Amino acid sequence: MNKNYFEIKRAGINTTFQDQGRNNLYHIGIPFSGAMDNRNFQISNKLVGNEVNFPTIEFAYQGPLLKYFGENINFAITGDVKFIIRKKNNAIEGNCYQSFTLENGDELDIISTNKSVYGYLAVSGEFDVNYQWSSCSVNTKANIGANDGKKIEDGQKTYISNINKNLSNKKLNYINTKIENIRVIQGTNFDYFSDEGKKIFFEKEFVISKLSDRMGMRLEGPKIENIVDTNIKSEGLLKGVIQVPADGNPIIMLSDHGTIGGYPKIGVVISADYDKLVQLTPGSKIKFKKVELADAETLFKLYDLETQNLISQI
Amino acid sequence: MIKNISNLGDAALYCDFGSEVNKEINSKVIRYFKSIQKENIDGINNLTPSYNKLIISFDLRKKNFQTIKKLIENLNITNDDELETNRIKIPVCCDENFSLDIKRLEEKLQITRDKIYEKFFGKEFFCYMTGFIAGMPFLGDLENELQAKRLETPRVKVPKGSVGLTEQFANVYTFESPGGWNIIGNTPQVIFDSTKEKNPNLINPGDVVTFEQITKDQYYNNNE
Repeated sequence: MNKNYFEIKRAGINTTFQDQGRNNLYHIGIPFSGAMDNRNFQISNKLVGNEVNFPTIEFAYQGPLLKYFGENINFAITGDVKFIIRKKNNAIEGNCYQSFTLENGDELDIISTNKSVYGYLAVSGEFDVNYQWSSCSVNTKANIGANDGKKIEDGQKTYISNINKNLSNKKLNYINTKIENIRVIQGTNFDYFSDEGKKIFFEKEFVISKLSDRMGMRLEGPKIENIVDTNIKSEGLLKGVIQVPADGNPIIMLSDHGTIGGYPKIGVVISADYDKLVQLTPGSKIKFKKVELADAETLFKLYDLETQNLISQI
Repeated sequence: MIKNISNLGDAALYCDFGSEVNKEINSKVIRYFKSIQKENIDGINNLTPSYNKLIISFDLRKKNFQTIKKLIENLNITNDDELETNRIKIPVCCDENFSLDIKRLEEKLQITRDKIYEKFFGKEFFCYMTGFIAGMPFLGDLENELQAKRLETPRVKVPKGSVGLTEQFANVYTFESPGGWNIIGNTPQVIFDSTKEKNPNLINPGDVVTFEQITKDQYYNNNE
């Protein structure tokens, strides 16, 4: 019996179900998808007593306004998010990294992310979503995943089952830090660019453009000159790959990227910096800093350890 | 057979099989792809074969570049087995509502549309790779007389089912998508079906595809 649900009174800008994403499908044209900021995704689940890879609702900038119907349930929001819980007689402003209890008829108004892009809403139960290739992650481009592969829309209901009976509240002391220096490994077409272009790439500031979404992040700044060919024979892409098309403006591939592409690859963002990169808002200034493979591997180990430590503190 | 293995970022191997685009090199890529897929190596989470490259992505929590590189170098991949090949026929309607760029192509190629169709339909094309968007096949090779550059300004929306030509390749848009290929028709055939999790793609790398021209009536009957 599904009697617990959220009524979506306002969907928000880009609100989708996401989990850890799906593997082994690049060769047929399907990217990982999954939560953009994996650390915050996992923490949100742990704060409500779930396994870390349960489905969550990911939102960007403006979040959803949800009215809850059903038995008491806990929820937690992660990221850097302003939200309000409206009860019958009062309203309180909520804090991220802390679980709260919703009662029948309460409203959760996720107003906006603060100087960041993505936030996560987890509940102490299971969203009733369909899985494709072991993941609920929504890929709106190929209509794959939960909610018929579409964004959550105004007026719809999202059902929740198997609510955890233990509703003790949890909290984590954590503040998201921002980065301005994005560490990258040289790409496979690094030598397609002029010495001046290479220098610009590692020394100058780039601004994140408004034309950024779950597929990619476009950058504006000094043009990076190509001296070989502005196209390559199409080949595989990965999240974090930085391509430079003919116009000289870099594009960073993000979680919903097309699986193959034909622009030269100047660099790849290291795995340790991906979660922080995706949280940078349009207008933010960034610089690329070169690192070697061995350093990138160590940096990821440290980052992953830090994530595991945070999760184990909850 | 792999000419060079390097790293693409910190969580992928970039296997280079050469710089040309031809069936021979591509068949090597596909053979490697299929063999590695069968090995089911723990930690590898994606394989992306393309014309002449194979990208192997792995989970950095479990493996690193050196360990995967060693595994791949030590694989014994036989060159002799025939590649498994399916032959697929794709019906295409060239009604004027579907053949969005046929006039442009006539001008670019300096031949009539009848000649274009004659050189396109009934010919066998090899599937080099699938991707960009889910299930999109990259098929080749077109005759020299059919080779044209992509549109200077790509369309914001190419309709689902559109059949397009660019340079030596043909493809089918499996979803509505932005794109710059020269569209000559549309197929009612479902090329990608996400409900078939085991094999969502009608056309896979190594397959041989033939296009067949159909009338508008046949097009709409096929949809029913």
